[in-house]
Order: sequence, then C-alpha cells, then structure tokens
Amino acid sequence: MPPLDLLPLAATESNLLAARELMAFTLAFHIVLACIGVAFPALVLTANYIGLRRDDPDAMRLARRWSKAAAVTFATGAVTGTVLSFEFGLLWPNFMERFGDAFGIAFAIEGIFFFTEAIFLAIYIYGWKRLGGWAHFWSGVPMLVAGIGGAFSVVTANAWMNTPQGFTLDAAGKVVGTDPLEVLFSPAWTYEVPHMILAAYMVAGFLFASVYAVGMLRGRRDRLHRLGLLIPLTIACIATPVQIFWGDLAARGVAEHQPAKFAAFECIQETGPDQTEYLGGICTEDGVKGAIGIPGLDSWLVGFSTDTVVTGLNDIPANERPPANTLLHLSFDTMVGIGFGLLALAGWFAFVWWRRRDIPGTPWFLRAVAVSGVAAIVAVWAGWIVTEVGRQPWIVQGYMRTEEAVTEAEGIWFVFAAVLLLYAALGTAAILVLRTLSRRWRELDEDATDTPYAPREPTP
Amino acid sequence: MTRADLCAVILWTGATLYAVFGGADFGAGFWDLIAGGSEKGERPRGLIERSLTPVWEANHVWLIFILVVLWTAFPEAFGAIMSTLYVPLTLAAFGIVLRGAGFAFRESVRSLEVKRALGATFALSSVLTPFFMGAVVGAIADGNVPAGGDGDAFSSWLQPLPLFTGALFVASGAYIAAIFLVADARRTGEADLESYFARRALAAALVAGAFAVAGLFVLNADSSYIYDRLTDQALPLVVVSALCGFGVLVMLLRGARRGLRPLAVGAVVAVVWGWGAAQFPYLLPTSLTISESAAPPETLAAVIIVFLIAAVLVLPSLALLYWLSQKELLEHE
Repeated sequence: MPPLDLLPLAATESNLLAARELMAFTLAFHIVLACIGVAFPALVLTANYIGLRRDDPDAMRLARRWSKAAAVTFATGAVTGTVLSFEFGLLWPNFMERFGDAFGIAFAIEGIFFFTEAIFLAIYIYGWKRLGGWAHFWSGVPMLVAGIGGAFSVVTANAWMNTPQGFTLDAAGKVVGTDPLEVLFSPAWTYEVPHMILAAYMVAGFLFASVYAVGMLRGRRDRLHRLGLLIPLTIACIATPVQIFWGDLAARGVAEHQPAKFAAFECIQETGPDQTEYLGGICTEDGVKGAIGIPGLDSWLVGFSTDTVVTGLNDIPANERPPANTLLHLSFDTMVGIGFGLLALAGWFAFVWWRRRDIPGTPWFLRAVAVSGVAAIVAVWAGWIVTEVGRQPWIVQGYMRTEEAVTEAEGIWFVFAAVLLLYAALGTAAILVLRTLSRRWRELDEDATDTPYAPREPTP
Repeated sequence: MTRADLCAVILWTGATLYAVFGGADFGAGFWDLIAGGSEKGERPRGLIERSLTPVWEANHVWLIFILVVLWTAFPEAFGAIMSTLYVPLTLAAFGIVLRGAGFAFRESVRSLEVKRALGATFALSSVLTPFFMGAVVGAIADGNVPAGGDGDAFSSWLQPLPLFTGALFVASGAYIAAIFLVADARRTGEADLESYFARRALAAALVAGAFAVAGLFVLNADSSYIYDRLTDQALPLVVVSALCGFGVLVMLLRGARRGLRPLAVGAVVAVVWGWGAAQFPYLLPTSLTISESAAPPETLAAVIIVFLIAAVLVLPSLALLYWLSQKELLEHE
C-alpha cells in the first residue's frame, strides 16, 4: 500500500501520485465517450439500414436522433482525447522522450483513423437533409471502420506498454532501433484489443438501450421506444458472450505475460499448484480474508488443470509488486461479476425473444436494462484499473518505472483540482444538453400524436 | 533529404494545415466574441456557426497529428518542449476543451441565456487557446527550450517574442477567418455580411501585418539566430508572405473577391515555412537539431509511410468534406 499521508512524500512521489490520479481520472472520463465513438456507427447504421430497407420511419427517426446526440458526445470525446494526448507529454515527458519512437507508432496510425472518423461523422450527421438515402448511409460506413481501427491503434499502444517488444536499446538505455510491426503487434494486442472493442460495443449498446428502458418504465411504450431498446440491446447482447470468452483469454494472457499483475489481482501469495479462486474479500499478505474460495479453480482457469502452477507474489521482487492488491482484486471481481450479470441479462432476453418474439414483459427486465449501461461503464473502469494499476510500478513493463517517467513540473495537484472542476462542468453540461434534446424530441412526439389531422406516417 | 528531414517536412505540413484551418476556426471564435449583443450579433454568429459546424472537428485533428508526429519522430524535442512549456500548454489544453465543448453544445440548446453562456465560453477560449499555442511556438523559436528539457516554467515564454507570437496567432487566425467568412457570405448571397467581414478582414490584415513587423523588430533586438536566418535563407518566403498580404489588402480595398482566399492562405503558409526555413536544421534553436532528436530510422520510415497513406485516404476525404460543406449539402437542422 502507498503511504496514506501526503505530507512526508518526496516531491517526485507526490508528483507521481498526482500525475497517476490525474491520468486515471481523465482516462476514465474519456473512455466512456471513446466507447460511444467506437460503437455508435454500428448502432446508428443498423437503425438507418432498417429504416431504409423496410421503409420504417421510426428506425429512421432513431438514427437521426442518435446522430444529434453523437454530435454532442463526439465533440466532448474529441476534446477530452486531446487532453490525454497533451498529458502523455505533460505528465510523462521522460517516458515519451525515451520511448515515444516506439510507443508513438500506433498513435501515428491512429491519426488516420481519427481523421477518417471526424470527417465522415461530420458528413453523416450533418448530411441527413441533403444527401439522399443510401448515399447518406454509405457515407457513414467509413466511420464504422475508423472506430474499430482507432480503437485498435490506441489499445495496441497500451498492449505494448504491457508486453513491450520491437526495439533495441544501447548501453545508455536509449532506443536505437525499432521494428514497427513488432511494436504494433506485441503479444498483448491479441487479447487487449478485441476485449476493448467488444467492451465499447457493450457500453454503447447497453447505454443506448438503458435510455429507452427508462422511457418505457415511465410508460412510453410506443414503437419508437421498443425499437430504440431493441437495436442497441441486441448488439450489446451479441457482444456479451463473445466478451466473456475473450476476457477469459485475456486473463490467461496476463497470467502468462505479466505474472505479477495476475498474482496481484488474484491475490496469490505463494507460487504453486491447486490455487484457490477467491471471489471478493480483502487481500492481505496472509492471503484473502472474507472471500468465497473455490479450491483449485484458479489453477484450472489458468491451465485447465488443478495441477497448473501459478506464480505467487513471493516470486516477484518486492520492489516490482503492484500496489493496492485489494483494489486490484475487487476491481477484477467487479468486472467479471458485471460481465456475468450482463450475460444473464442477454440470456434472459434471448430466451424470451426466441419463445415469444417479444421483450420480456416484466418491469424487472426493463429495470435491469436501465442499469445495464452504467454497469457496463463500471466494468470498463474496473478493467482498466486492473490493467493499469496492475502494471505498476512499471510504465513500460520491465523497462521503465512510472516514477522515472513522471514530470518534475510543479503544481500537478493544482492542475488536478482544476481539471476536476472543468470536467465536472463539462460532464454536467453534456448531460444537460442531451436531456434538453431528449425533452425536445418527446414534445415533438407528443405533438405529433395529439394533432388529429397531422399527416400519417406510413406504417411498415 | 534524410528521413529525419522528411519527417520534419511532414510535421511542418501538419502545422501549416492547422495554422490555416484550425487557425481560421479559432479566428471565427474571435469574431463571434466581438460581434456585439444577441440581436446585433445574431447574423454574423449564425454564419460563423454554419461555417464551422461540419468542419471544426476534422480541422482540430491536425493538432493531434502534430503532437503524434512530434513525439514519434522527434521524441527528445517533444519531451523537452513538454517539460519546459507546460504552463502555456496546459492553458491551451484547457482552452481546447472549453472551445470545443462551448461550440458543440451551443448549437444543441435553445435557451438564449444558455446559448449566450456557451457562446461566450467558445469565443473567449477561441482567443486564449491560439494565444498560448503561439506563445509555445514563439518560445521554441526564441531558443528558450533547452535540449534536455526542464527549462524555466515561466521565463521560457513570458518574453517579448513568445507573447508577440501569441498575439500574432490570434490576429492571423482572425484574418484568415474573416477572409473565409467573406467567401461564405458571398456564396449564401448575404451581401451585408460579406462587406461586414470584408471590413474586418482588412482590419485584421493590418493588425496581423503590424504584429509580424513588430515581431521582426523584437527578433532583431534579441539579435537571435532566427532573425539572421529570416533575413538570409528564409528571406524569399518572408517576401512572398509580405506580397501575399499586400495583395490581399489591395483586393479588399478594391472590393475584388476572386483569388482572395488563396492569397490570404499563401501569406500564412509562407510565414509558417519561413519560420521552418529559418530554424533549419534546428528543431529547438540552437540546442537540438532535427537529426539529433530524430527517432531510429525504422520509426521514421513508419511515420513517412503512415503519412503517405494519410495523404491518399485522408486528404481526398477532407476535400470531400469541404466540398460538401461549400455546396451547402451539410447542415444541422
């Protein structure tokens, strides 16, 4: 555990804590918007496709409205993403100076995707009126590709921090040669990248669905709401079982490549076979307290046999062990727990849909969907805590410690406080604007149904 | 030309495009700021909003591009700049958040008071952000960023040249924006707005020109490396910029419109490349050269390849976006 009182900390240590907290906070804020940015194209294009294909005005109306909401979230994501780009240099100048030439390669590619996404998102969301039907639909397809490509680039850069390779160092530790393909495809990319893209689809899908679930719980059970629930929920529910599978791969990947991280979040103290899988509890040096333990399961999950030897923290040098094992352990359990909760929700929905071609009738289903969006976000945060805190004390696993990377600039705590205020205002304003939009649409819908001589929209 | 030089050219290309298009977006914010009360400023603000809405985010990506190329191809220079100029850079980052959010949120709300508050946020940060960016560029040009980084947090940029450069950034953005808005107003047939922005373009051109000349005097007084080179190897570009600027003035006075935009853009482009030519071969004059701070050759090759792909994929897409926007095919309802 890091020391709790800040006063006796050396300047670097204090800066390190401030820089890590600031990075974590801004990343947590941005990741929600990034998830929407990655998966929004699939949601809106599905609605748009249904609308065009079946001549369905409700689906078209949903697509148009989601576009307007996306204009708000994408702008917010663009600026919070820029802040992160600045922070790489402002908070971790020594990291960028030493490893920018390797770490940066993925970001250079990300630039292309970010451009493509910004350009075609603008064409798509502002092209509703003047670009006709299918031409407009196709203008949205590049942003779908760009969303996935952008997620690949950014997450593969993070994968490289976890499993660095593709560079040669001279005696002074300076990078003197790189292999860009090895940098781009470091071992962890195979599990980190799909895990995050699926997470983005789950977050956006459950979040969009939850908005309509709340509306339906308040009695707005028209076709628009049903469709608004069904399209994103279906996409999220398809992603969920795949995500559970990939998450399992990811955990085994971490066990193989970053045994210290794995031992920390599973709270394994002694190396050996027959490791117990603990659910919940508090991680202490004498093992987990207050948890439900399933004997042998941890070993079995790592190597499909209870004889699998799993590395414990006793085999990790003391100064290379991740801090805050209870935080890591509970974050991991939170992520997995929410994942299985959402899997249950997906199973419920799939079963009822298969039997009755309908949404489950009980309000409890809508209540579950209503909280699923926030739950998915919490799972993403928990997952990133496991990834990032679990890599500590390293910024580049095995090569550079986070304390070596941090800036010596003064006033990071002050900047942190200012960013908290700024982002509180930003988040509040974004939510208020989205609520204003939603209220305006609701009034439009109510007006449309109240006016007896309004032109009838064709029913599909 | 070495790979490192080529990457520097790529970096400067990004900087040029950001100075023109990103600069114009900030400049439009400046005109929004001084457009007067809600009623008086309604039409100019409306034109600004219509012009910016579909394109500002794409234009903003050039900034990301610059950062990424800098940290990937020239990591040492990036680290040195970031660890020295963190005060203006942090302020610029705050400004970027406020500018983008203020603008994007404003178009989605109806209430006049909220619109006003968001508009003020957008407009004020549109002035402060380029000022701090200019201060960063001026501090680099002034030779205040040591190669190893960790230069003084305040005296590195609280100097005449960085502050002048900050002001020049604001003025040149306002100038380009006014010229673009003249063309936009002309296209939509709003003759009064056309002359409204033509008058402002003229004023901005004079102010930007005055700042540029004053900047030269400051440089001369500092007897800096940059000044010697501006009057030597970069002199042709300085002359081109002055000629373009002068041409714009004459055209504005005579009410001519055709070719106004290319000429105005030419003046800014020539300044950016004049600065680059004057710095060459230094990235941080006079402590770090392009080749000294360059990444390993494989990384530089990757940056060049990525740029070529971007040139094939992104530039035509960007052209499509501008074309659709100019044809009034993009609009928010």
